Amino acid sequence: MLILHCPYCGVDADETELAAGGQAHIKRETVGSSDGDFEEYMFMRQNPRGVHFERWRHVNGCGKWFHAARCTTTLEVFGTYSAQTLRPPQDLLTHITGKRPGWSFSQWLETLS
Amino acid sequence: MSTRLATGGRHLDRATSVSFDFNGRKLKGFKGDTLASALLSNDQMLVGRSFKYHRPRGIVAAGPEEPNALMNLGQNGHFEPNARATTTEIFDGLTAQSQNHWPSLDYDVGVVNSYASRFMPAGFYYKTFMYPAPAWKHVFEPFIRKAAGLGKAPKERDADTYEHFYAFVDVLVVGGGVAGLLAAERAGKAGAKVLLLEQSAHWGGRAPVDGAEIEGRPADAWVTDTVDALENMDNVTMRNRCMGAGVYDHGYALGYERLTDHLAPQAAPRHRLWRIRAKHIITATGAIERPLSFAGNDVPGVMLAGSVRDYVVNYGTSVGDRTVVVTNNDDAYRTALILKDAGLDVPCIIDARPHGGGALMEDAKAEGIRVETGKAIAKVKGGKRVEGVALCAQAGEGAILEEIPCDAVAMSGGWSPVVHLWSHCGGKLIWDDAQAHFRPDPAKAPTGADGQGFVSVVGIANGAMSTGDCLTDAVKGTNAALQGIGISPKRTAAPQATEEPENPMAAVWKMPQGASYKLRSKMFLDYQNDVKVSDVQLAAQEGFESVEHTKRYTTLGMATDQGKLSNINGLAILADSLNAKIPKVGTTTFRPPYHPISMGAIAGEASREIFQPIDKTPLHQWGEENGAYWEPVGHWRRAYCYQRDGESVEQAVNREVKATRESLGLLDASTLGKIIVKGPDAGKFLDMMYTNMMSNLKPGKCRYGLMCSENGFLSDDGVVARMDDDTWLCHTTTGGAARIHAHMEEWLQTEWWDWKVYTANLTEQYAQIAVVGPNARKVLEKLGGMDVSKDALGFMEWKEGKIGGFDARAFRISFSGELSYEIAVPASQGRAFWDALLAVGEEFNVTPYGTECLHILRAEKGFIMIGDETDGTVIPQDLGLHWALSKKKDDYLGKRAQQRDHMTDPNRWKLVGLETVDGSVLPDGAYAVADGTNENGQRETQGRVTSTYYSANLGKGIAMGLVLNGPDRMGEVITFPKVDGTEVQARICDPVFYDKDGEKQNV
Repeated sequence: MLILHCPYCGVDADETELAAGGQAHIKRETVGSSDGDFEEYMFMRQNPRGVHFERWRHVNGCGKWFHAARCTTTLEVFGTYSAQTLRPPQDLLTHITGKRPGWSFSQWLETLS
Repeated sequence: MSTRLATGGRHLDRATSVSFDFNGRKLKGFKGDTLASALLSNDQMLVGRSFKYHRPRGIVAAGPEEPNALMNLGQNGHFEPNARATTTEIFDGLTAQSQNHWPSLDYDVGVVNSYASRFMPAGFYYKTFMYPAPAWKHVFEPFIRKAAGLGKAPKERDADTYEHFYAFVDVLVVGGGVAGLLAAERAGKAGAKVLLLEQSAHWGGRAPVDGAEIEGRPADAWVTDTVDALENMDNVTMRNRCMGAGVYDHGYALGYERLTDHLAPQAAPRHRLWRIRAKHIITATGAIERPLSFAGNDVPGVMLAGSVRDYVVNYGTSVGDRTVVVTNNDDAYRTALILKDAGLDVPCIIDARPHGGGALMEDAKAEGIRVETGKAIAKVKGGKRVEGVALCAQAGEGAILEEIPCDAVAMSGGWSPVVHLWSHCGGKLIWDDAQAHFRPDPAKAPTGADGQGFVSVVGIANGAMSTGDCLTDAVKGTNAALQGIGISPKRTAAPQATEEPENPMAAVWKMPQGASYKLRSKMFLDYQNDVKVSDVQLAAQEGFESVEHTKRYTTLGMATDQGKLSNINGLAILADSLNAKIPKVGTTTFRPPYHPISMGAIAGEASREIFQPIDKTPLHQWGEENGAYWEPVGHWRRAYCYQRDGESVEQAVNREVKATRESLGLLDASTLGKIIVKGPDAGKFLDMMYTNMMSNLKPGKCRYGLMCSENGFLSDDGVVARMDDDTWLCHTTTGGAARIHAHMEEWLQTEWWDWKVYTANLTEQYAQIAVVGPNARKVLEKLGGMDVSKDALGFMEWKEGKIGGFDARAFRISFSGELSYEIAVPASQGRAFWDALLAVGEEFNVTPYGTECLHILRAEKGFIMIGDETDGTVIPQDLGLHWALSKKKDDYLGKRAQQRDHMTDPNRWKLVGLETVDGSVLPDGAYAVADGTNENGQRETQGRVTSTYYSANLGKGIAMGLVLNGPDRMGEVITFPKVDGTEVQARICDPVFYDKDGEKQNV
């Protein structure tokens, strides 16, 4: 029963208020993409041990989607942020690297492909 | 025999007698008794039969770890199976029945299983699967089914009520023994908001029974003072009869409070589930004593040593007149001393350690008790009751030195910390060689949102074995926990406790060390599931090396007690058999709840009519009053049909179908979703949502549209009406409104967030009535107002205005193929508008119709229905809906997926009509068979029925289905086998059965 801070309405929301939406920062592939790229976009998801970026919706609250950065092994939450971005905010990435020396967002992105 | 002592019993109110019923016998106890202590005082040691062999079983423990004394409690709506006698407090009128025996507890037929035990070794269930199928079906399955299950399932609806409480605290303390009380007191004094839970009815835990002194006074006095102090703190909440059931992510915990189980049935809620968020959780959950594995350790009268003294001290009940104590540690000597003090005989203390114990052993000897060191029990004599024990050397193979008559055995194999709550959320354990148990590894706590540990364990649960160590540990652990959440603890030293020093215990996993197979096959590890030392050894021999596999193969620890007594002993035997170290073998996973909790408590208030509130349209009440035969559609109830006096459902449907086609029908279409999509980019957005073009729809016009998922499959359909330049109204399927609205929002918020679009779900703001049939226009004209003529309001157009004085939007759309208007009025005007239509429609034989009629009318026209023709694997191309797939658009959701090779496969099954050769109705979901069989020997298939009805208008069965190359096989007859073994032939045809040119709707 996670608690995540909704960056839109400011509520520390209990997991019962939230709906999980899977991995964040996926680039949409559409008409013109190769079969391989489309398959990757449509079906393939990472399930890393450690830092992960996820989509969540405050479904029984303000209804907004947001992103969360958390550790899948310790359940530590590094931060939540707007879903309307292609990249997590830099201060959040710095915070995560401080907590997990050696970790980088570019590495995480690479694991997606 | 077990009996009530003349004095003693700190939990008893001897002035208040309580009568209860056990297996139809009236028995008496005292207020404060548990069912177990009351049964023992009535010399009822035999309380049940074991699961597999139906061996007689007695009470083994005094707490929730009890594996044997499971009862069916209560009657009728208050009936509950598998209740533990040891945690059930008696009240006047309580009824209990023992379980798993036939015809009676004393004379059980199933006991023959015991003689067949060598045919039922470890993995018996799985081994039976390997025999030829007939043996399974005719021999093993009936046998196992008869044997399976302990308690009876309740037959009546639960008559009790339940509730949920929410609590938000700084510190949750689980366990009201001395460590937990001290932790709560320290946290409370530091100003923290504290919730303290204790599973039993009493505070203080074991310390008062074990004779500890705290601050120079008996533990009882210290407990009373501390409880008083806590009760006077406004920031501390205390609940007894409330178990800490589970610890979950981010400081979430569940408490299970049994409010009225100790009383006769009440009007008040029976159980309360506490849903707790704590900044920090301190578990002071104590320890559970382990049995020793010797032959016959399951004979009634063999009990845990700590429990024997619980019964004497807490309930004034002796388990036997002559009790042999058998141990590998000093603690069990306390039992001998207490028995002696109560005037009972202890013929012998059998200590497996070569040099025996320390000061406590000397005390026992001084009391004149015979102590045999380096000795073991070779076997227990007796069937339904202990008659004596055979003494042997622990180091040997079981050669009997002497037989000692006795009627009870108090055994102690050491104490295992209750680490469940620590482990529920990922806390790791370390093996303590000196105490031969697992305890929490403080370096590997479960972590919370900040990455820090949020659970601490204190007291004996943390491996602090003496009362003094428990108190020191509680202060240390609480101070650290408080600091972790930013609260400064008061710096005062822990209270001092005095106890006799103890000699180290010695690990003894079987008794004697070199026991023969014959002895090992009578050493029970798991009493409830009849798992013996020999079973675990056999599992290891057969290659089950993982403790999780061994558990499932032997069923060790899989009973309702979840291995509270058996786990450590079992895995020690497994480790020994594998020649591995115990920590290497590890434990099975601890999962919540710690102890079974009621389904009622989990449901809380959410049962009966408020389990899932029903959505009702403004016309629901009219339906209630006019014979509506309801069916659930999403959270709505829709009328399947409206039955008139004496009509069957089928007759009502056929009447509605004909009346609508012939004159005038009315449908409550309010449940259809209505989503407003508005903004400068709304058209662009809808072009992505729908497969067809919506941006070029003219204001005042309507268009039928399809929605697909990004994966290409059909997800929803409906008519879109353009309101004005930047506003569209999207109709969705019934029950689809919330889902489609969420789908739109997801794409708007997470992909095209720079598009200026606003959506709102207005479904429940409007009542919508379909006015259908050749006389639809006439009835509206009679109501007066809006010009609804063909020229003023053409097919697939909509208009806003007044009809009969009502604020109306009229949509000229048709899902029936008839002349049809769907008219939306504000929800508050819905019923009045419906009544007005009924009144003026009388001359046209106006007929309200339900969903089945709707289905038949649309199927006659070959219109698809989401959920019938589609099932999440169907694309528009399968349904011949190419015309609704825009070729002008670069993109829409699902377009790319529909280009994948499986989607463009020419062999996908495609929509056709089906009419049976004999005019009968095809069974719903029936498959058409093809030549040959697949690798499982099943007939190959070539199609399936998606919609099938009797059409009263056509006087025959009509159907739609998906068939391999169907559209190219018009006129071909295919075969559908039926469930009853017969077959039915159907001809492939055009799915439009009625008014093929669509002339009727366009008049």
